[in-house]
Amino acid sequence: MSEVNYILKNGHVVDVNRNIDEVMDLGISNGKMADSAKVKNPTVIDCSNKVVAPGFIDLHVHLRQPGNTAAETVKTGTMAAAAGGFTAIVPMPNTNPAADNAGAIEFLRQLAAKDSVVKIYPCGCMTKGYKGEEMAPIGGLKSAGVYALSDDGKCVQDTELMRNIVKYAKSFNLPILDHCEEEKLFAGGVMNEGKWSVLLGMNGVPGLAEELIVARDIMFARECDWKIHLQHISTAESVELIRSARRKNIPITGEATPHHISLTDEWIKKYDTNYKMNPPLRTEEDRLALIAGLADDSITVIATDHAPHTATAKMVEFNNAPFGIVGLETAIPICLQELYHTKVLSLSQFVSKFTVGPAEVLGFKNYDLRNGNAADITILDLNDKFTIKANEFKSLSRNTPFDGMSVKGRAVATIVDGKFVYNIMK
Amino acid sequence: MSADIKWTKKDLLCLYDLSKEEIIHILDTAQEFKKVSERKVKKVPALRGKTVVNFFVEPSTRTRVSFELAEQRLSADIINMVADSSSLKKGESLLDTVKNIEALQADIIVMRHSCTGAQDFIAKHSKCGIVNAGDGAHSHPTQALLDMFTIREKFGRIEGLNVAIVGDILHSRVARSNMWGLTKLGAKVTLVGPATLVPEEFNELENVRVCHTLEEGLRDADVVNMLRIQHERQNASYFPSTGEYSKYYGLNEGNLKYLKKGAMVMHPGPINRDVEISSAIADGENSVILEQVTNGLAVRMAVLFLIAGAL
Repeated sequence: MSEVNYILKNGHVVDVNRNIDEVMDLGISNGKMADSAKVKNPTVIDCSNKVVAPGFIDLHVHLRQPGNTAAETVKTGTMAAAAGGFTAIVPMPNTNPAADNAGAIEFLRQLAAKDSVVKIYPCGCMTKGYKGEEMAPIGGLKSAGVYALSDDGKCVQDTELMRNIVKYAKSFNLPILDHCEEEKLFAGGVMNEGKWSVLLGMNGVPGLAEELIVARDIMFARECDWKIHLQHISTAESVELIRSARRKNIPITGEATPHHISLTDEWIKKYDTNYKMNPPLRTEEDRLALIAGLADDSITVIATDHAPHTATAKMVEFNNAPFGIVGLETAIPICLQELYHTKVLSLSQFVSKFTVGPAEVLGFKNYDLRNGNAADITILDLNDKFTIKANEFKSLSRNTPFDGMSVKGRAVATIVDGKFVYNIMK
Repeated sequence: MSADIKWTKKDLLCLYDLSKEEIIHILDTAQEFKKVSERKVKKVPALRGKTVVNFFVEPSTRTRVSFELAEQRLSADIINMVADSSSLKKGESLLDTVKNIEALQADIIVMRHSCTGAQDFIAKHSKCGIVNAGDGAHSHPTQALLDMFTIREKFGRIEGLNVAIVGDILHSRVARSNMWGLTKLGAKVTLVGPATLVPEEFNELENVRVCHTLEEGLRDADVVNMLRIQHERQNASYFPSTGEYSKYYGLNEGNLKYLKKGAMVMHPGPINRDVEISSAIADGENSVILEQVTNGLAVRMAVLFLIAGAL
């Protein structure tokens, strides 16, 4: 099958790594970026009034395969990613069985080769079965092709083990993506501990359950001089800890999710299980602190924590429902609404949270649209007004609190290695 | 002197959702039903031909018995289901179980569940009237209504009274329901207990205050509601021992001096004698603990009657 070459004409190119923020043409030749003047037999795509950016990366996705293919598969999850404007994702290894060994990563790579429509950067467990007891075969995972390590869903409580993992991961040049949760304080919580948990009589998860581990991980990152990325940060104090650590040049990064920057724990009073996530939705003060952290670059990554669950699993008592919501297909519109249309972030800052931010965590150099780089591109229409319709999701699951919401702006095309994997451009 | 309203709600979920007028209407209706139980023939045909299912996913004896008797006195047909014998044990979802109950043409489901909001969730998806008989630590509206009924019976009013609720507020649906109901009717509520059991967040509510000593908490109280205390919950320790709790937060001869003369002493039961309340006080002249039980019947008859009328 011969490659189609393209010229993306008159797009507003926002290429943060190269400081480009202007209307220009881009060429794609043989799946790679190329000088637009030299592309042979190009198909010209009119990108006027569109934003053309390096492909968006989501560092935090649950694909549920193997183990829960009723909720999501590699195929449907990556189709959802493409429809949401993501050219690459990092699937979390807490599948069933867990991706804690080279064979499991090889299985994922085979599945990806067959079914995935976007790039998959595999991630392996830090500990066997993400149980937090014994170190996973980190060298073997690296050789099998992982880009990062994470026990997401759980958090290693044993400080000596965690310290050794950080050191050992450094030897293999693998960043750690940590789910920050002190388990004793978490203790059966289903929502944020605060005014609303007190009024509703629900078990609360104190912010401290996250903040203690954030502080611990900052200490480890400093001592071991190694990269720890803090997943789905949810409290104001966590943001402040990260801000101060980054001022000291400690190799710490943090991510915020679209739901934590757009919703608060007050929503729980409806008992809709689509507002149940871990970490839980916090207070308005926390929400605003996350947005401020994104604005001053204390938080450099937005990731979805796309967590598909079947309708059956979520159609239960609030306490008994699993944590998490799908996010791939709503992330860009929700974040545009909270961050860009509100003028909190500039366009290039907005793009950076999905491009150079996550690329830096994964250790990618030159994540941009220079000639010769892979043609992984996200095209946005910032002003496209539409209504979020969960029943039209590519994802197998529909567990979203954003169904029916009117929003403005979304990805209109997703290009991976020079091929359109999603395109609704008129 | 009934408030001039027509009851239209098919469910009783939480007093927070009710207006002051609706609460008064239930209390007034209960007053009429109390007379039924004082007659020689303690039965009226108000719910004849209606089917009421008592669905207790969380076990209960006294609330279930009280509801059951209230239903019998209203001439309803009754089915009792408990979690142990229901299909929930076999893995059926709560909603499917309720849909099955509904398919048997039940009219009202009286439900207790250990999860906050379980009844709200079911009420949204069921045509049956849902009466909340306790959800998690959230709400227990008929208990609060019977407490308010008992208070009103003695003082002739609720407005302007100071009510102290003492004990494990954090885990108490009785405390929360009382708080919503009493403040709507113009009372002031003081929540008393150690900080591990009485979250400061309650201070944010109008006419609710938190305090951590019995001396301060009882000072102005017209009514004291003592909650049952459990030493360990979910393996977490909230105080050193029941002995220490009893000394500082129990109502006993040592602490009695803080209590205003003529103050009313309540307890939702079952009581731990000599832990949160001494026997002498539980059985003493200030105590209305058994009147609460009697009034519970009247209040539950009123609630079932009103809900049946709205279906």
